[in-house]
Amino acid sequence: MGIQRQTTNKESSRFTLPYRSRRILWLATLLVPPLLFFLTFVVYPMVTALIYSLYEWEGIGRVGFAGLENFRKLLFDQPFQGWTLNAFWHNVIVFVTLMIVQNGVALLLALLLGNDPWGTRFYQVVFFLPVTLALVLVGFQWRLFLNPLIGIVNRFFDVVGLEALSQPWLGQASTALFALIIVNAWRWVGFPTIVFLAAIRSIPYEYFEAARLDGANEWHVARHVTWPLIAPAVTIIVILTFIGSFNWFDLPYVMAGVDGPPGRATDVLGLYFYRTAFGEVSGGIQDFGRGSALAVLMFLFILLVSTFWTRILRSREVELS
Amino acid sequence: MNLRRLGSRSLIHIILIVNTVLVLYPMFMMGLSAFKSTREIFSNPFGLPNTWSLENFAKVWAQTNFPLYFRNSVLVTGGSISIILVLGVMAAYGLARYKFRGNEFLYLFFLSGLMLPLRLAVIPLFVQLRDMGLTNSHLGLMFIYGAQGLPAAVFILTGFLKALPAEIEDAARIDGASEFRILWSIMLPLIRPALVIVAIYNLVPIWNDFFFPLVFIQSENLKTLPLGLTVFMGQYSTDWAVLFAGLTLAAVPVIIIYVIMSKQFIAGLTAGAVK
Repeated sequence: MGIQRQTTNKESSRFTLPYRSRRILWLATLLVPPLLFFLTFVVYPMVTALIYSLYEWEGIGRVGFAGLENFRKLLFDQPFQGWTLNAFWHNVIVFVTLMIVQNGVALLLALLLGNDPWGTRFYQVVFFLPVTLALVLVGFQWRLFLNPLIGIVNRFFDVVGLEALSQPWLGQASTALFALIIVNAWRWVGFPTIVFLAAIRSIPYEYFEAARLDGANEWHVARHVTWPLIAPAVTIIVILTFIGSFNWFDLPYVMAGVDGPPGRATDVLGLYFYRTAFGEVSGGIQDFGRGSALAVLMFLFILLVSTFWTRILRSREVELS
Repeated sequence: MNLRRLGSRSLIHIILIVNTVLVLYPMFMMGLSAFKSTREIFSNPFGLPNTWSLENFAKVWAQTNFPLYFRNSVLVTGGSISIILVLGVMAAYGLARYKFRGNEFLYLFFLSGLMLPLRLAVIPLFVQLRDMGLTNSHLGLMFIYGAQGLPAAVFILTGFLKALPAEIEDAARIDGASEFRILWSIMLPLIRPALVIVAIYNLVPIWNDFFFPLVFIQSENLKTLPLGLTVFMGQYSTDWAVLFAGLTLAAVPVIIIYVIMSKQFIAGLTAGAVK
């Protein structure tokens, strides 16, 4: 037994070692460069962000270890606490409103397109079009449209006799955030529409037929057949909308400004983080420590909530065999 | 019954058409305004222009840095996607076609990048790229986008590569083809559709990205289109005709490519959200 094994080992080493080492070399050539790249530009910065948040910084220079001081300041010290809560609350509003307006409209459109009406392909291409345009572009476009005096939105309301709706939408605290959310919904609505539609199309036709034969009307079919069966798509859209809402940056930056005007009414965590890390327009101070702490908090919050929700939402999903 | 059916069918189309108008009319108004003079935009916002003049476009092209921003965006996007495709294929091919210890772990390690929003690590990235001398450079941006796109590329490509039957490879090996040759001449052509999906999945977000250029690019001559637009919008803030022409110029190439390849765009951009 022992001898036999030795000989096979010898044999295999004589014949396969060159092959084996060639194979290892080839595999290393394939895997090492992407791995190094990933480590350098994703893993290392993510880990360092955590470490940075534990240090005291003067501007962009590291001074000394601070423990959880940066976190404490953000959450419990004024004025930081007020800014944090204000921005956080706006992100919550953004998420909830987008869920209702953007994803609600998307679901309706997908249900309609699910009937395969004439021109479905055309509608799909049109609804998805704004998704391909830069948020910066869309933001500037709508900032011009929403100009209180000469923008076409107010001009339109004047022409059709709805002067009451002629408002400085972006200029007053009561409407600015809402206007931004609507523009965001306009840009994004095609995305959930397509995702919902794909889910609806994957439902076997017999399911609808069986429900209709049992005398279900369109509402019942949508409520009791379509809705439960597109649950996986709903999960994905809820999570993506959540992540998107809490990373919201481009649109408020371009349409309102980095300070979240008027008077922080459009401030969100993305802007707040950017200001803390890289300074305000009006020569504000920058603090890499507090900025990193804020990033860590945002990351943990997004990760925890989306994991938790994925669990809950998954539990109501029905498997289609 | 038939009447009700007809009624509900018209209702469906009314809603769909209303939404079509809501999407297209603002785009149309942007394009229309680009042909008017600023004075005409104010006096006659909704009507057709008196004369269809290309003057605004000419002004944008000749007097602003628009062509430069455009070129920079093409360069950065092209470079980033090349990095993603090359590194993505390498990693995915190694993971999908070879058995070795730690394979599964390495795969999940790459996928963990899908969960990490890289912009939250922008502070360490800033310090790191500064130390490497890569701030205020296109290469720095390409590296960030490349790293950001790699996890999804590994995910999509590994899925495709795993689905290819082993017989193809074995046959080539018996014929004496080298491992590289099998990858290059046999596997790559077979996964071309997946490469297109990966490219488009990254193309639009990178082309449109604003955050990383905002943080990393200071020199005017290195700015990409979204960042350049903020400069441009500030410079010509009162000259609305020029502003609309600039926005239209920025939108038209994307729209044209989208309309030509709408199927791939929709599939590519929703990849990951649609099974």
